[in-house]
Amino acid sequence: MEKIIMGKPIEVNEEGYMTNFSQWNKEIGEELAKEAHIPLSSRHWQVINYIQDEYKKEVPLSIRKIGKSGVVDIKEFYSLFPNAPLKTATKIAGIPKPASCI
Amino acid sequence: MSTGNGEINKMMIILSKATLENVYAAFVLANGARSEGIEAEIFFTFFGLEAIQKKKNEKLHVATVGNPAMHIPTMIGGIPGMEAAATYMMKKEMEKIDMPEIPEFLDILKCSGVKMWACKLAFDMFHLKREDLVDEVDDIITVGDFYTKAKGEGVHMLFI
Repeated sequence: MEKIIMGKPIEVNEEGYMTNFSQWNKEIGEELAKEAHIPLSSRHWQVINYIQDEYKKEVPLSIRKIGKSGVVDIKEFYSLFPNAPLKTATKIAGIPKPASCI
Repeated sequence: MSTGNGEINKMMIILSKATLENVYAAFVLANGARSEGIEAEIFFTFFGLEAIQKKKNEKLHVATVGNPAMHIPTMIGGIPGMEAAATYMMKKEMEKIDMPEIPEFLDILKCSGVKMWACKLAFDMFHLKREDLVDEVDDIITVGDFYTKAKGEGVHMLFI
């Protein structure tokens, strides 16, 4: 599937997750955050950068790992990305939805 | 109990057992709900209270007797030390899949916004004191209180 973001066709799956990380940039991240109704602060960006780094290292993401990251604790993670934090944060970061149950 | 658009808004989980696999089932379901944006509350009753007792929740075991899925003959499962050995092996496997130990899991649940309630009736029956319970527990409540908290659309109740 394709979706037009910032005037460009971006590859996404049926849930709206980007399927080609090389198409991601900060502006697209901002746009995806707007769709999720999340105004991005510098704290949000620190978390997004962290999960992108983990993705590049092919480390599977989970709430527990995020909590141990030293970047953000679980409570703050939930307050930065309310409702479904890992799902929302990965969507904005342009990476696949984590398949973890923990 | 689902009404409206059929979406699940809240999971009300009742944990009545203290075998490791049941406690983990309740915790994974609650945590999974929160990470999907679904509210979750756990009501610990009867033996489920062991999972929130400071002195006990690190020593929960899997059942080797009366559990056909363990594939251990009942007589052997009953030998002293079998439960501890089976639990040790299971915990090792759990660590490999990034499953936290019970105390850490309780902390994760709390930080994720899961409400945790102790059943007053069972709490009284086991002669417990508030300080016997972990700090993560929100309150000691009656079953009626728990039902009141379950009000609303898209609320599901689950007994473990």
